[in-house]
Amino acid sequence: MTRETYQRNIREIQDEVLVMGSMTEKALERSMQALKQRDLELAAKVVEDDKNIDKKRFDIEERVLNLLCTQAPMASDLRILLTALNIIGELERIADHAAGNAKIAIMIGNEPPLKPLIDLPRMNERVISMLRRSLDAFINHDDQAARKIVLEDDEIDNLYDQVFRELLTFMMEDPRTITRATRLIWVGHNLERTGDRITNICERVVFMVTGKMEELGISTY
Amino acid sequence: MAMHYKIEIKDLNFYYGKCQALKNINMDVYKNRITALIGPSGCGKTTLLRLLNRMCDMVHDIHIDGEVLLDGQNIFDKSVDVVELRKKVGMVFQQPNPFPKSVFENVAYGPKMLGVNNKNSLIEIVEQSLKKAALWDEVKDSLHKSGVSLSGGQQQRLCIARVLAVNPQVILMDEPCSSLDPTSTLKIEELMIELKRDYTVVIVTHNMQQAARVSDYTGFMLLGELIEYAPTRELFNVPKDKRCEDYITGRFG
Repeated sequence: MTRETYQRNIREIQDEVLVMGSMTEKALERSMQALKQRDLELAAKVVEDDKNIDKKRFDIEERVLNLLCTQAPMASDLRILLTALNIIGELERIADHAAGNAKIAIMIGNEPPLKPLIDLPRMNERVISMLRRSLDAFINHDDQAARKIVLEDDEIDNLYDQVFRELLTFMMEDPRTITRATRLIWVGHNLERTGDRITNICERVVFMVTGKMEELGISTY
Repeated sequence: MAMHYKIEIKDLNFYYGKCQALKNINMDVYKNRITALIGPSGCGKTTLLRLLNRMCDMVHDIHIDGEVLLDGQNIFDKSVDVVELRKKVGMVFQQPNPFPKSVFENVAYGPKMLGVNNKNSLIEIVEQSLKKAALWDEVKDSLHKSGVSLSGGQQQRLCIARVLAVNPQVILMDEPCSSLDPTSTLKIEELMIELKRDYTVVIVTHNMQQAARVSDYTGFMLLGELIEYAPTRELFNVPKDKRCEDYITGRFG
């Protein structure tokens, strides 16, 4: 009584989660590129593409619901599907954070740069790497890898702290920088939240593998 | 702790001739809980169920090792009266099998055999048993209709009432819903949940959803072995044994 169609459907859902993951990574990459290079067109594209990510989320959700109501999944199958459902929710929000950063790029427009962007792109690279590996952990059922990724969130928090202090100094020295500095703080905040959402993904991967729901990392923010 | 167990199965081995049907089964059945046995055909779950009230006695050339303790007493002891045992441990079968008698007579049959002759007592027993089996409202005006004329789901509840009439402690059910439609199935399942307040229920089922829905504990059997036995939620969420996982997710080829 092997259930090949059903098993294939579950694999396809996992693949689709990966597809949504790369769409999200791309949104993160491009939003930072738009900020760095003052590329307003690219920023507008990130905002526009966010709709496709939202749509992908609903597509996957519908597939999961179909399997839940027609196939009565059990045990690891059920946990995979519940995990997929949770992960796509997190990805959708991460993509919103990326779109948020793209919108900030548009707001900044052609204002003179406050400073060269160094720590924010670094934060962005880190969260992209964490995100990619968290989804690898999902596909490989690797709860150990998921647990390790969570530890890296401290670095994201530290970078955010650094960005915040630095921009605060700018604002104290010259109140005319407040608007521009605040916008960059928003960018940092969006990336910090992205890190927290990756922690949530990792928690779900641990649940998927072990069946236990655990709070893994407690973010400073 | 032992008090929580209604039945303790200890190192049980069972052979039909030379063929070993049960291999070293150790399992404690909790009192006032529903325990489900699942597994592919031929895994021994029905054999195990039938051993619990010694239905296997009727088969020739069998051999039993080990113990089944009911409230601490080994049911295979020579001193155990089988009739008395089966009064305590009742059974409901796959196909509803009412006697070709009236609804009333079906339920009254057991108590009569056990010597209850007082008409008012019998009326009381029949009414109470039918109420407990959630059938009373449907048959109270036609108690003298033939039991066989009821619908399949009603017949099965009649058989449950018949078991309840002799005031058992344990109810064994062998695929009690396999010949019933979904509505009757859900009624029997609701009934099982009602019944566990007063009785200990052990059910064999091929329907894993049913095991997941009604039981408190589930045992997964394969080739005569009890592979995994755990609280139902655990077994269906995070089975520990790969074979159990494969079976309940349908990967078992």
